[in-house]
Amino acid sequence: MVKVTIDGIEIEIPKGTTVIQAAEQAGIEIPRYCYHPGLSIVGVCRICLVEIERMPKLQVACYTPATEGMVVHTNTEQVLEARQAVMEFLLVNHPLDCPVCDQAGECWLQNFYMQHALHDSRMFENKVKKSKALQIGPNVMLDSERCILCSRCVRFCDEISKSNELGIFNRGDRAELQPYPGTELDNDYSGNTIDICPVGALTDRDFRFRTRVWYLSETESICPGCSTGCNINVHHNDQRTYKAGGSRVSRLKPRYNPDVNEWWMCDAGRYGFTHVDADSRILAPTRSIGEEQEMSWGEAASEIMTKLREVISVHGKESVGVILSPQMTNEDLFVARRFFRDGLGLKHIDFEVAPLTTGAKDDFLIKADKNPNTAGARLLGVGARQGSGMTVAEMLEAARKRKLRALYICHHDLANGFAVDVVEEALTAQDLVVFQGPNTNSTSALAHYVLPAAAFVEKTGSFTNYAERVQMIHTAVTPLGESKADWQIFRSLAKEAAISVPYFEAEDVFQALTAEVEAFSGLPYAGLAGQGIALRDGQALPESETVVA
Amino acid sequence: MINVHDKHKPLTFIEKTYLPAIVSGVLLTSRHFFVNLTRHILRAFGVKLKNMAAVTIQYPEFLRPLFPRLRTMHRLTRREDGTPRCVACMMCETVCPAKCIYIIADEKLENPQIEKMPRSFDIDLGLCVFCGYCVEACPEDAIRMDTGILEISNYTRNGMILDLETMLSLEPMSSRYVQYDRGGEVVSADYIDERHRSDA
Repeated sequence: MVKVTIDGIEIEIPKGTTVIQAAEQAGIEIPRYCYHPGLSIVGVCRICLVEIERMPKLQVACYTPATEGMVVHTNTEQVLEARQAVMEFLLVNHPLDCPVCDQAGECWLQNFYMQHALHDSRMFENKVKKSKALQIGPNVMLDSERCILCSRCVRFCDEISKSNELGIFNRGDRAELQPYPGTELDNDYSGNTIDICPVGALTDRDFRFRTRVWYLSETESICPGCSTGCNINVHHNDQRTYKAGGSRVSRLKPRYNPDVNEWWMCDAGRYGFTHVDADSRILAPTRSIGEEQEMSWGEAASEIMTKLREVISVHGKESVGVILSPQMTNEDLFVARRFFRDGLGLKHIDFEVAPLTTGAKDDFLIKADKNPNTAGARLLGVGARQGSGMTVAEMLEAARKRKLRALYICHHDLANGFAVDVVEEALTAQDLVVFQGPNTNSTSALAHYVLPAAAFVEKTGSFTNYAERVQMIHTAVTPLGESKADWQIFRSLAKEAAISVPYFEAEDVFQALTAEVEAFSGLPYAGLAGQGIALRDGQALPESETVVA
Repeated sequence: MINVHDKHKPLTFIEKTYLPAIVSGVLLTSRHFFVNLTRHILRAFGVKLKNMAAVTIQYPEFLRPLFPRLRTMHRLTRREDGTPRCVACMMCETVCPAKCIYIIADEKLENPQIEKMPRSFDIDLGLCVFCGYCVEACPEDAIRMDTGILEISNYTRNGMILDLETMLSLEPMSSRYVQYDRGGEVVSADYIDERHRSDA
């Protein structure tokens, strides 16, 4: 440990810490472009210059290790002047068409100009022209003129994605960021280069020009794309609903969590939210016997419960199969368990449908299991492997032989896990098939009743990731049409069946869950927000440590 | 602390009779009547006065001249090749206090120097408050409120929405109709004729 003094604040830090990191710990912000905590240090942008006593010149805070007794000043006249000079230098060839640039509003050049520079341009020379609107990959658009050559993206491709696509070519004011000849920026993590680009050089082809960033609101959530459960922020457009064809969710951005995804997320997750605003969304409870007919929630619940009771009274409890989904939150699954298993006394409950084609995976963030809550469902014991009922495959076989007479299917497109004719044969042999989910699919097309469930951005709840870390999703936008969170749907069915589900908020469900389920016992609800809580540690962390912004 | 004053003081007995208010109203109206009468008579005898008498303009046959800085219906300016100057930066949309501007942007791939252009640009004149902030916010001088069109009415709410093509086709009001005339003189007759012709 070494002691340093930064702007009069004395702090103790481990040896090897750089000045910029030490300042961060002391709560002092030093501007930076090239420095990124997740990447190697190069010290090329020079904006982080600070004054260190007994050193002849200003030093870059990002590359200078803090040593014992060091005294650092970050806002002396000399430092401020140097910062302004660096800003002026960076802006020599940077185009000043901020209104057109898609980065405007979240651009570090804009921010630091307002905070540290505010100079008038002294340049009479023409700005150097470089290539604009270059599609360097399936997701990324490059504008070389706007690039300040901080090399963050180059380092990302070298160190994190390890795909080495980008390089900086030529020298002086002709230096230019480009993909290596014959390659394009096409890796599983290419979207992260857009996040770390401090200026408008790398922009998102999917997001570009669809809206403006200052129209967006931000809600913390968890990526539902695979069992890693990367922490994300959902950026949604609540005010200008006519933008981007009316899609409410504009983009997903990774959120820092040192234990899960650090600063990154994969492209599959980043661009995998389109189903939220797709035309395939189910908007109202629908009866599809004969003619398709929309109905109210009350009607739907009472009709489904009447038919279900009929099946149970004639053929017994063994004749009903329930297929839950690992796409559902812990809360959804807990209420489902309470309703189907404890309330109705059904035996055949499962959630696992192994996909016909195994999902892609790597040794970084992408997991083969494309469901966010498989671990949660296992811990809640709602699978056939945890209980004694039939697996989904056995259920379909039994359904074909008419040993099962009713199937309640949540979210799954069974065609992903079984041959189409197997599914069709099984479902058409049923007296009652209920499908509940956010989007239509080949399974919902065969159901007698289709119930609209809220998508992951429309509900509050928690997912348990592959490492058994419980993390929260929050409601970002209101549910589309008549859709409701899955546990609310089960609640309204339970009400018809006179089964007590005394919960009004997702929090109530979670409290009941922690009280009832061994694996989750003692989890503080307030601690879930932010970084989540790992169950593997054996016990929940003390509350003070778990509440992180 | 916020101090709230009761602006509604109770009326005194005299005020409650309303007679003083009636008398002062009658006096005001009479003053205007006699001042105008005197000025018109003097003018009839050829006496030029600095202040003119009140004149009734026979609208819509006759129109008052428009002041050059008057904010009238919006138009979008064009580049030399006829494409809109607008780069769909949405500054006007952002600054608009009535939230009556709706822009959907498009990528201008054929010219990466311009990069961005509007796919649609709608202004709902039914909501517009004619503050002129959009003109001021525009970094490209792409939107102006100088068409001189004041008569904006429609039978439907949707009819009040100006679209991109309409706004691009509008021209600035001709300088002939823009005159700073304190005299309250009516505009020349050929302007009126022209308007009638274009209506027909």
